[in-house]
Amino acid sequence: MEHVVIIGNGISGVTLARHIRKLSNKKITIISAETEYFFSRTALMYVYMGHMTFEHTKPYEDWFWKKNRIELKQAYVTSVNTASKTLHFSEGNTITYDKLVIATGSKPNKFGWPGQDLDGVQGLYSKQDLDRLEQNAPNNEVCKRAVVVGGGLIGIELVEMLNSRNIPVTFLVRESSFWNSVLPEGESEMINRHIKSHGIDLRLSSNLKEIKSDTNGHVSAVIIEETGEELACDLVGLTAGVTPNIDFLKDSEIETGKGVKVNRFLETNIKDVYAIGDCAEQQETVGNRRPIEAVWYTGRMMGETLAQTLCGNKMPYNPGHWFNSAKFMDIEYQTYGWVFNEKGQPDYEQHFHWKHKDDDKCITIAYRKDNNAFLGINTFGIRMKHDVFDKWLTEHRTLDYVISHLKNANFDPEFYSQYDDQIKAAYSNTLQTA
Amino acid sequence: MNTPKPSMSLTKPEAFDLSIKQKISTAIGLLGLIILILAAFNVHFPYKPVVLTLSLVMISAGVILFANDLYLGKHAGIKNDGVMFKSVSSRGIWAWLTGIALTAFYIILYFKATWLGLGQNGAENTGLVALFDPLSNIISGSKASQWFVYGVLYTIAILAFGYKFLLKYRHNRYERLRTYSVMFFQLAFAFLIPEFMARLNSDSFSLPYYDLKNIWPLNYYNFEQYRVNSFIDAGDIGLALLIFGIVSIFVITPILTYKYGKRWYCSWVCGCGGLAETSGDPFRHLSDKRQFAWKIERWVVHSVVVFVVLMTTAVVHSYLGDDQTKYWLTKQTFLISVAAILTLVFVLVMVFKRAQLAKDAKYGAIGYFVIIMVLFAMHYFNGTQLFLFKTETLRQSYGFLIGSIFSGVIGTGFYPIFGNRVWCRFGCPMAAILGFQQRLFSRFRITTNGGQCISCGNCSTYCEMGIDVRAYAQKGENIVRSSCVGCGICSAVCPRGVLKLENDSLKGRIDSNEILLGNDVDLMDLVNQK
Repeated sequence: MEHVVIIGNGISGVTLARHIRKLSNKKITIISAETEYFFSRTALMYVYMGHMTFEHTKPYEDWFWKKNRIELKQAYVTSVNTASKTLHFSEGNTITYDKLVIATGSKPNKFGWPGQDLDGVQGLYSKQDLDRLEQNAPNNEVCKRAVVVGGGLIGIELVEMLNSRNIPVTFLVRESSFWNSVLPEGESEMINRHIKSHGIDLRLSSNLKEIKSDTNGHVSAVIIEETGEELACDLVGLTAGVTPNIDFLKDSEIETGKGVKVNRFLETNIKDVYAIGDCAEQQETVGNRRPIEAVWYTGRMMGETLAQTLCGNKMPYNPGHWFNSAKFMDIEYQTYGWVFNEKGQPDYEQHFHWKHKDDDKCITIAYRKDNNAFLGINTFGIRMKHDVFDKWLTEHRTLDYVISHLKNANFDPEFYSQYDDQIKAAYSNTLQTA
Repeated sequence: MNTPKPSMSLTKPEAFDLSIKQKISTAIGLLGLIILILAAFNVHFPYKPVVLTLSLVMISAGVILFANDLYLGKHAGIKNDGVMFKSVSSRGIWAWLTGIALTAFYIILYFKATWLGLGQNGAENTGLVALFDPLSNIISGSKASQWFVYGVLYTIAILAFGYKFLLKYRHNRYERLRTYSVMFFQLAFAFLIPEFMARLNSDSFSLPYYDLKNIWPLNYYNFEQYRVNSFIDAGDIGLALLIFGIVSIFVITPILTYKYGKRWYCSWVCGCGGLAETSGDPFRHLSDKRQFAWKIERWVVHSVVVFVVLMTTAVVHSYLGDDQTKYWLTKQTFLISVAAILTLVFVLVMVFKRAQLAKDAKYGAIGYFVIIMVLFAMHYFNGTQLFLFKTETLRQSYGFLIGSIFSGVIGTGFYPIFGNRVWCRFGCPMAAILGFQQRLFSRFRITTNGGQCISCGNCSTYCEMGIDVRAYAQKGENIVRSSCVGCGICSAVCPRGVLKLENDSLKGRIDSNEILLGNDVDLMDLVNQK
């Protein structure tokens, strides 16, 4: 019986294992150093905030794995010998494989800041990070002020978490406006205002220069590059993005760049070794997608695809139209298709932007200047249907069509106020003034 | 799988301690309660109307001021911070104390009403019940009973905690409308109208106490002899009410459930649901999500349906006559009609909906159907006691086991331990019948939004019925479950806009395909070929 060994029990590895089991009788082993059972990483924030317990983050009950004959091994892989098809564990023992899948995800970025390894400086990615945060910032007595460095999706989650325990937070964002490396200006500024309205000390265009230590090797303050200001704090959250977690492959034959290099079949340069999820780096990118996509659903899709390949139905990874979602404190965000910010936007792209007077809902629709073709939408505070936009993108609908059919895409709960008339009115206004 | 770790300490992260204002509000509310407890211990209060008013106002004010401090001045949005740390909502010491106190109250209410001061055999009320006499006099013109005391407290609980819920979900119009609805139905239908109806009673005209929205089989005693007699004695109005009771379950309920799912009743109208959704809201996450619990739920709740059908059939059968010339509905006609209706439902489901029943559901349905029909046959051919037990035994055991212990003592008393919908999920025969139809023949479903689910589990955590919503959402599968009461909280707490409660056509309602958008179509075709 062929033995498939998967390193990493995140959404990619677990989806792969589940689908292999659906399709075959292969022996499956999932290795993880992090936790015994699969949990949803995206829910860690809710454990700290007290919305959920850690148990709630497990999508499958503990009996599921045995019942489906998926072996779980909690161990840390230190090296991979592809010639002998052997994995070496930190405890000195080994395991052999017929097929190896690397699905080890990411680790938080550290950019060589002085003091970045002090006590009380941490990222937010793993279960261990959550445990550390509970140690470092259980309440506002132990943690009188926290500084979060990095204005992305994890950064704002960490800010929201600390805020839920009434810990004063300073949020250092390198960019001139929150996440404006991705979001167009109007949206990004709305989120700035929302963050501040929660009492967060948001510092834009602010870089971390140095983290200072007290006499015990614990963080005591940070210094801001631009102003030289020294801010006393007890916790520094480093949330400036993530990098593939592949240090253990350094001495192996497997080709790596930023991540594990794979082709469209998710194969590495070594036969019988594959990589999926956040740690995989596509050599040939798909559309506007980045070579490394640290997104929940791409991990899931790679797992589904590779299961087909491993079970004898070779198949390329072929994601459809880009989509994603997030929540910025109280404001939900969804995106379908591509909406670029002002800096990154191609010449042919133009935007229609509408914002509600309450300053907590807005949409931006990207379209082509020349032929009005719909390119993508960002929506804040209004839920929209994935399948409708996916269809409209496939059908190459125009901006006019999308605006006039926006009602069909609404996914807000029943009885919610509808804004499509306001949006239509705003749109016809722009046509008249243009 | 998901038992919150009981926090027996009184403090967890300081951020989730009560604020000064919240402590004062709690104290005000508790003082109001203490007045009632003192009255129950026969402390004599002068100026009863003033003391009662003071007590009820303090209880309501305590809840309202607490809610104001908790939610006002904060952003509208999901307010679950610290739920798993607070003692009362995480099976800590306060949860146990509350649970024990509630349970004790229910036991006394059902079985020892004299302890509350109920005057027996025409004697004057004393203690707590006497404290409510003035209010009862104003509303219905008669003195209070333990049920009047319970009704007042129940209504205040739904109104005051309903206010709290309205603030908590003030950004969500579905939740707001639903809460206004249960507050209205409790105040008007469950409390005021029956009391006003009692005012119409005289020596020559008397209607039984009737909460019009309380439909058989939840209202399991609706067709008992004394009620049917007094309906009939009350002439046209009484007859109209009796017919309304029958139409409610056989006509109104199926139509509304087809159009909107069982939520039209369970989370918009029902009194048990009303209490669960307001006072019980802080405990919704305590429901057991294990698959094991689901298995138990299906057997227990459907067995209660069988029990209530047999019990009611036996009761009605017992007081009908044999002589067709006196009244068209005789014992025999009645039994044949019941057997015919059960057979019709059974045959229709087995013919048209067979494919949607799981194996154990089929076995259960066939098993129970055979047992009931054998019981009918034994009675018919051998003349044995209908359903083997004496009718009175059946009636009393149902009233004791299901009516009192299950719905009251366990259902509500154990809110802080087992969650707020234990009765609705495991015990309520009305919920089971509505759920049966919701699963097989209704336009209601919860739809999921393509590939947006991130499996975070907020939906499952906050499902009061213990449905593992995430298991469906992460597969992009609609949620069509008989137990879903349509409270809409899964959709509210979802951070990615994945879930939506909808009424739509029957076609394609249950899509068991794993249609997850994002991948190209060929792959999804393959994944769906299991």
